Amino acid sequence: MKINRFAQCGNWMLDRFPITKFWNEHMAHYYAPKNFNFWYFFGSLALLVLVNQFITGILLTMNYKPDAKLAFDSVEYIMRDVSWGWLVRYMHSTGASAFFIVIYLHMFRGIMYGSFKKPRELIWIFGMLLFVCLMAEAFMGYLLPWGQMSYWGAQVIISLFSAIPVIGDDLSLWVRGDYVVSDATLNRFFAFHVIAVPLALVMLVFMHIVALHEVGSNNPDGIEIKDSKDPWGHPVDGIPFHPYYTVKDIVGVAVFLIFFATVIFYMPEMGGYFLEHANFIPADPMKTPEHIAPVWYFTPFYAILRAIPDKFAGVIGMGGAIVVLFLLPWLDRNPVRSIRYRGGVYKKALALFVISFLVLGYLGTQPATPSATIVARIFTAIYFGFFLLMPIYTRWEKTKPLPKQLTDQPELEDQLPALIATFDEMTELKPTTSEIGDPAFRSNFFNRRPNPEGILNVMTRLAKRVKGSLD
Amino acid sequence: MINEGVDKSKRQFLTSALTVVGAIGTGYLAVPFLSQMQPSVKAMAAGAPVEVDISKMETGQLIRVAWRGKPVWILNRTSEVLETLKTLDKKLRDPLSQESMQPESSKNPVRSIKPEIFVAVGLCTHLGCSPTFRPEIAPSDLGDDWKGGFFCPCHGSWFDLAGRVFQGVPAPTNLEIPPYRYVTDTLIIIGEESTAEKSA
Repeated sequence: MKINRFAQCGNWMLDRFPITKFWNEHMAHYYAPKNFNFWYFFGSLALLVLVNQFITGILLTMNYKPDAKLAFDSVEYIMRDVSWGWLVRYMHSTGASAFFIVIYLHMFRGIMYGSFKKPRELIWIFGMLLFVCLMAEAFMGYLLPWGQMSYWGAQVIISLFSAIPVIGDDLSLWVRGDYVVSDATLNRFFAFHVIAVPLALVMLVFMHIVALHEVGSNNPDGIEIKDSKDPWGHPVDGIPFHPYYTVKDIVGVAVFLIFFATVIFYMPEMGGYFLEHANFIPADPMKTPEHIAPVWYFTPFYAILRAIPDKFAGVIGMGGAIVVLFLLPWLDRNPVRSIRYRGGVYKKALALFVISFLVLGYLGTQPATPSATIVARIFTAIYFGFFLLMPIYTRWEKTKPLPKQLTDQPELEDQLPALIATFDEMTELKPTTSEIGDPAFRSNFFNRRPNPEGILNVMTRLAKRVKGSLD
Repeated sequence: MINEGVDKSKRQFLTSALTVVGAIGTGYLAVPFLSQMQPSVKAMAAGAPVEVDISKMETGQLIRVAWRGKPVWILNRTSEVLETLKTLDKKLRDPLSQESMQPESSKNPVRSIKPEIFVAVGLCTHLGCSPTFRPEIAPSDLGDDWKGGFFCPCHGSWFDLAGRVFQGVPAPTNLEIPPYRYVTDTLIIIGEESTAEKSA
C-alpha cells in the first residue's frame, strides 16, 4: 500500500517535528474576532512587503558594489544592463515606501481601536521596536545608491548624534568610521542594511506575532471575544484564522498588488517622493543640494527637528516624537479601547493628531521659510499635546456603554439604496422633451444635473453627522 | 531528582562566579568589536595640508577646496562687506567667537588673518550641510534682514560673511575656521598653523 507508506512517512516526520501543532496553534485553531474590517489588512500586508524586500534585496546585492567609487555606477548598471534589474530595483525602492504606508496605517489602526491597551502592551512595544528598526533599515538603505541626497541625508542624520553632550562627537565619529561620510560609512551601512537589521526585524516580527497569539487579537469593537465562549470553549464571536482570514487577506493582497504594480510600472519615482531627483546625481562632498529633504516617510519627524531653534533640543524633540509612541499604553488612562465607544474629547484629539502628522509631513518636504517654521512649531505643539496631555483629557472622557458581544456594521449592499436616494436628492432631472415618466429615463445618470439646494441639504446633514460622531 | 545533600550556597557561588567571569570576558571582547568601527589608521592619516593659490581671486569671489574630505571656502571680501559686518553684532549669537572653533589668529570680529580673505570649513555647525553662499542683499526668499551671508538650506540657519551665526536659528556656533597660514601673500596652506602663531 503506497498510501500507507506515505502516511507512515508523514507520521515519522510529525513525531520529530510538530508542524501540525504549529499550524493549528497559529492558523487553523487560532480564533480571531469575526468583525475585522478594512483596517485589519495591513498586518498581513506588512509581512508581504517584508518578504518582497528580502527577495528583491537579495537579488540587488548580487550586482550592487558597496564602494564609494563604484556604488552609484553599479546602481545604474542594475537599472540599465542587468536583465530585469530595473524591475527588481523599483520593487525594492517602491517596497520601502509601501512598507511605511502600510505600517503607518497599521499603527493608526492600533491607536484607533486601542489595540495597545492591556493586555496588549507588549505587542505595541515590539511593534514600535519594529518601526524603529524599519526606520534604521530605510535610512541606511538610502545611503547605498550614493547619490547627492543619500550622502547629505546621511551627513545630517549622523550629525544628530553629535548634538548629544559630552560623548556626541566621538559617537558620530564612531558611527561614520571617518571624519566625514565616506567609503567606510557606506561599507558599514551596507553590512547593517543587509545583515544586522534584517535579522533584528525577523526576530521582532516573530516576537510581535507570538505576543499577539498569546493574548488574542483586538477588534473594531475593542471588547474581548474570550469573554463569551461556546460549550466547546471557542469564542462565540471568533472564527478560525485559516481559512477565514487567510482568504480575506488574499483579497487584500490582490488589491494591494494592483496599486503596488501601478506605482512600479508607471510612477516608480512618484514625482520625487519615493526616489528623490537629487539622488540621480552622484554624491558630491563639496556641495549640498539647494533643497534637501528626507524621503516622505521621515518628513514629520524632520519637520519637528527643524521647528526647534536649538540643536540639542531639536534632536530631543525628534527622538521624543518617537519615544512618546512607546509610552502610549501608559499615557492613555481610559480602559475603553475602541474609538466607537470613546468620548468626543478623544475623537477630536485623535483628529487633531492626524492633521498635525500630515501637516508636519508636508512641511518636512518644503524649504524652511520663516512662516513655514512657525506653522511647524504650532503643529509640533499639537503633536506632543496629543500624547502628553493624554493622561489628563482621557480622564474627562464620557464613554459610551460597551456591547457584550461584537456588533454588526451595515454592509455596503445594505447602504446602496440610501446612497442612491442621496444621489437623487443632490441632482435633478434635466428639462427635456422626451418622456419624463419613463423609469429607465428617470434613473439614467446622464439625464440628471446637480441640484444646488439638494447638495446643500446633503452637506448640512453630513456636517451634522460628522459633528455628532465626534461627540 | 534527589535534592538531599545539595550545597545551595556552593551552587549559588559557582553561578555568580561564572556570571562575573562571563561578563568580564564579554567586556573584553566588546573592546575589539566596538573599536574596529573607529576610523582606521588609513582614514586618520588622510589629512594632508592643502595649498591654495589666491592670486587670481577677484573681490567678492568664493572658491571651494577639499581638505580632509570637507569643503573649505576661501572668500575675498569687499570693503562694503567688512563695513556691514561691524553693524551686525546685536543680531548674532556669538559675535566675538567666544564659544566657536577657530585658531587664535582668526579669533577676531572678522574671523580671519587678513580682513579681506576669509577661510572657513563650509559645513553648518548644526547638522553638517554645506550652506549656500548668498552675498546679495535682501533677496526675496530671505527677506529684508538679509545683509549677505551663508544660508543653510537644510534647516534654515543664517551666518554672516564672517561665518558668525545669527540668533534664533538651529546652528549653535559660528562656522569652524580651519588652521591655515600664509606662505606668501598669495599662497595659503590649509591644515597648518605657523609656529609663531602656535606658541602665541
